[in-house]
Amino acid sequence: MTYLELDDVSVTYRIASGEVPAVRGVSLTLDAGAALGVAGESGSGKSTLAMALLRLLPRSAGVGGRILLDGEDVLTMKWGRLRAVRWAEASIVFQGAQHGLNPVRRIGDQIAEPLLVHGLARPEQARGRVAELLEQVGLPTWRARSYPHELSGGQRQRVMIAMALACSPRLIIADEPTTALDVMVQAQVLTLIKQLVADNGISLIMISHDLSVLADVCDQLAVMYAGRLVEHGPARDVFHDARHPYSQALAAAFPTVGDPASRLAPRGLGGDPPDPMRLPTGCSFHPRCPVALEECPTLDVELWPAGPGRRAACVHVREQAPAGTKGETS
Amino acid sequence: MTETQASAEPAAAAGRSTLLEARDLHVEFAARGRRARAVDGVNLAIGAGEIVALVGESGCGKTTLARTLLGLERPTSGSVRYGGTELSYRGRALKSYRREVQLVLQDPMGSLNPRQTVYEAVAEGPRIHGLPDEKEVVASALARAGLRPPERFFLRYPHELSGGQRQRVVIAGALALDPKVLVADEPVASLDASVRGEILALLLRLRDELGLSALVVTHDLGLAWNIADRVAVMYLGRIVESGPVEQVLTAPRHPYTQALLSVLPESPERVVLTGEPPDPTRIPGGCRFHARCQVLASGRAAEAGVDGRCRSESPAVLPAVPAAQAACHFAQVAGTDA
Amino acid sequence: MTSVAWTRRRLAFGRFWENFRRERAGLTGLAILLAAVLAALVAPLFIDESVTSVVSGTGAKFAPPSLDEPFGTDESGRSILLMVWWGSRTSLLIGFLAALVSIVIGTVVGIAAGHLRGWAGAVLMRITDWFLVLPSLITAMVLAAILGGSTFTIIMAIGVTTWPATARLIRAQTLSVEARPYIERSRALGGGHWHITTRHVLPNVAPLLLASTTLEVASAIVTESTLAFLGVSSNKTSWGTMLRASYDYGAATSGAWWYILVPGLCILAVVMAFTLCGRALEAVLNPQLRRAGA
Repeated sequence: MTYLELDDVSVTYRIASGEVPAVRGVSLTLDAGAALGVAGESGSGKSTLAMALLRLLPRSAGVGGRILLDGEDVLTMKWGRLRAVRWAEASIVFQGAQHGLNPVRRIGDQIAEPLLVHGLARPEQARGRVAELLEQVGLPTWRARSYPHELSGGQRQRVMIAMALACSPRLIIADEPTTALDVMVQAQVLTLIKQLVADNGISLIMISHDLSVLADVCDQLAVMYAGRLVEHGPARDVFHDARHPYSQALAAAFPTVGDPASRLAPRGLGGDPPDPMRLPTGCSFHPRCPVALEECPTLDVELWPAGPGRRAACVHVREQAPAGTKGETS
Repeated sequence: MTETQASAEPAAAAGRSTLLEARDLHVEFAARGRRARAVDGVNLAIGAGEIVALVGESGCGKTTLARTLLGLERPTSGSVRYGGTELSYRGRALKSYRREVQLVLQDPMGSLNPRQTVYEAVAEGPRIHGLPDEKEVVASALARAGLRPPERFFLRYPHELSGGQRQRVVIAGALALDPKVLVADEPVASLDASVRGEILALLLRLRDELGLSALVVTHDLGLAWNIADRVAVMYLGRIVESGPVEQVLTAPRHPYTQALLSVLPESPERVVLTGEPPDPTRIPGGCRFHARCQVLASGRAAEAGVDGRCRSESPAVLPAVPAAQAACHFAQVAGTDA
Repeated sequence: MTSVAWTRRRLAFGRFWENFRRERAGLTGLAILLAAVLAALVAPLFIDESVTSVVSGTGAKFAPPSLDEPFGTDESGRSILLMVWWGSRTSLLIGFLAALVSIVIGTVVGIAAGHLRGWAGAVLMRITDWFLVLPSLITAMVLAAILGGSTFTIIMAIGVTTWPATARLIRAQTLSVEARPYIERSRALGGGHWHITTRHVLPNVAPLLLASTTLEVASAIVTESTLAFLGVSSNKTSWGTMLRASYDYGAATSGAWWYILVPGLCILAVVMAFTLCGRALEAVLNPQLRRAGA
């Protein structure tokens, strides 16, 4: 069952010197209880897209298209309804767990805050709920009385997750939830997220630049470049057998230890991410593409079918695809 | 101390002459009224033209070890040796040492003074050391770091560059002094995925073309696999396993290394360590890893009859030899079939 | 090479000026300041010290403002206009030089206290704190009384008592600059204390210093007037000594409001101009505000 549907979503920031397209025509669907990974480098529009889902963007951002959350368009929602959606339906786990917590308030009070503010629980009920949440994220219940500085980075990230779970949301958006965490702690947090999503039937959108992490946690993977979706499909397939050259480069950036192909051979991508004010013509990726053809600077790429349940915006994919199946499949 | 002081043997046996070496290095700090033993007995040698990865979690002392090797921190005991002589902390000697061993930091934006142009940033080292032909030195350093043509970058400011370009400028600033060793602290951790490989490839190329040695400090095992010849795994101030990358990362012998490798996204079976994260002000007695050790917890150490030693006796400090070795009672008893 | 560097610097200044021009209050302040400084500089071309001499007073005593004497006259029949004009030279000179002394001491102590770790920095900070809690006006009066009244002693008395605030400010900024990775990089390149403080710390505290200097001049002018009013002066005509004289000769009781008002307004205008300039500079140069706009 489709829970979230993005239909031709675009986001444009208006600044003094003109308009900056951050997200350009992204269409995606997410089933209830499924996990979608959004990959891309800084400036690819992945975080902007996530913020647009709950209309959390600054005023200078214009959002186009349709964002259907459980059949309801977020972009045309009234304020009151939007606020209700924001606390009851979906919540966000940001990166940088250090800044997301108020340093002078106890952990328990911070987790309980949305419950009390929205009148979902009386103070003594809230205390019980906090204990339950802390247990769910693997922290001892006495931690409710701690202050943020008394916790390690991984523990703080767990608290952030507990806060996101407080109002029993149906969707969690995790923006680089494990960046800046050590490998061991990252593994703990990822395991926790996976398990929570599976146990509670929560839908998950996870944003990262590390394809290997996304492939590990998510069912579907969407790769963004210069504000566009360039590849989409089942996570394992996209990670192991990427069709778009950009996804291939991202996948190769984090090598598999033990893989002889990557031993003493780090692989990267030449060039720099494009300036959104001066996007290259045709396929935006062509200046950095190792397999660009002569037609790429002028060709209008779109998402072509690239195997079962997969699509990719690359001319090489179109050429391999059987004739007559132009256009999108989802 | 019950530990046997292992003699620091030079790595000459491997055919590479040792360039930079830590000998029984200890670095302590006062932290919240307690002594933090950030580096607690480390022998490490970096050969000429060798890339060594120092891997560990945050708080394991890897950054302190790197800073001490650069002479930015003074050891409490033990010594840093460069080219066979002990590092002196007197002004002139330290200054000339600084031409030989250079630093590349994690955050390229923060490593560059926002008020200085690329030219000024790269020329800083040559100016400090009064090198002649400053302009040629700067141009060739930028070119070697992959910023071509160099003249195009001279007057740019850091904020006008991309993350990858900034890190290249930092590397060029180090290259301008013609160093023999680069110490890079998480050189790609704050860079975008696609740029990461490019910077790592640059470090490899500099080794091939200029014979540059490097110590790469990282928490990322994939990075070690990508570029290092040897890897040293650090836990709570000590190196617990070291050796050639192929051996250590494909057949790890220390339980800690095994656990680190097992949590990588692609690995089949996970060993997620529990227990408190390591705290250098409270280093446990016996083997410093025993409280979190999965081999001890599963009873395999008891089967091998070493569990008593794990709890009471600290494994010997590993010597600075190139061969694969692990500071683990169990691994020594179990041999290679661990 | 250098010529291109200069072009860039000119461009940077152009950008700075673009931003400063948008600060209307600052621009007003700058205009008043330029007018005051210019007037003080060109004064010797038109008048000399004799306008302040009691024997050269030609007008009537306490003559109210008229066409001949736009600002009236004082108790000896001297022109208030000419005295205010000539007195601005002393007031501004003392203001600028005292601020300079204060800023130089404050910057050196502040950077040293922030850069040097351990006991040296701690001792410097304790000295700063000690000066900070001294009642500066009384200290200045005592100093001036001991050293004898001259322009130099007034400058030193003001400068020596006002630097601790600057030192604290500069130390805080130094500490924040020193925490940046580029300082570590510079140290690893072999840079010593002198190199790091002059090449990295000083340029990064300079904007703050410029804004702070501007405010410091204003406060030095006020202090000079206060000291003069309390009877500690350089025996030269300044706005402060004029106020003192107006009080001594009972200008208020004899209804000679112009005698009090004119030097008072001069002080107010110049101090306000400096303050407006300083605030505008702060707004333009503050890296946080600027980064937010970029």
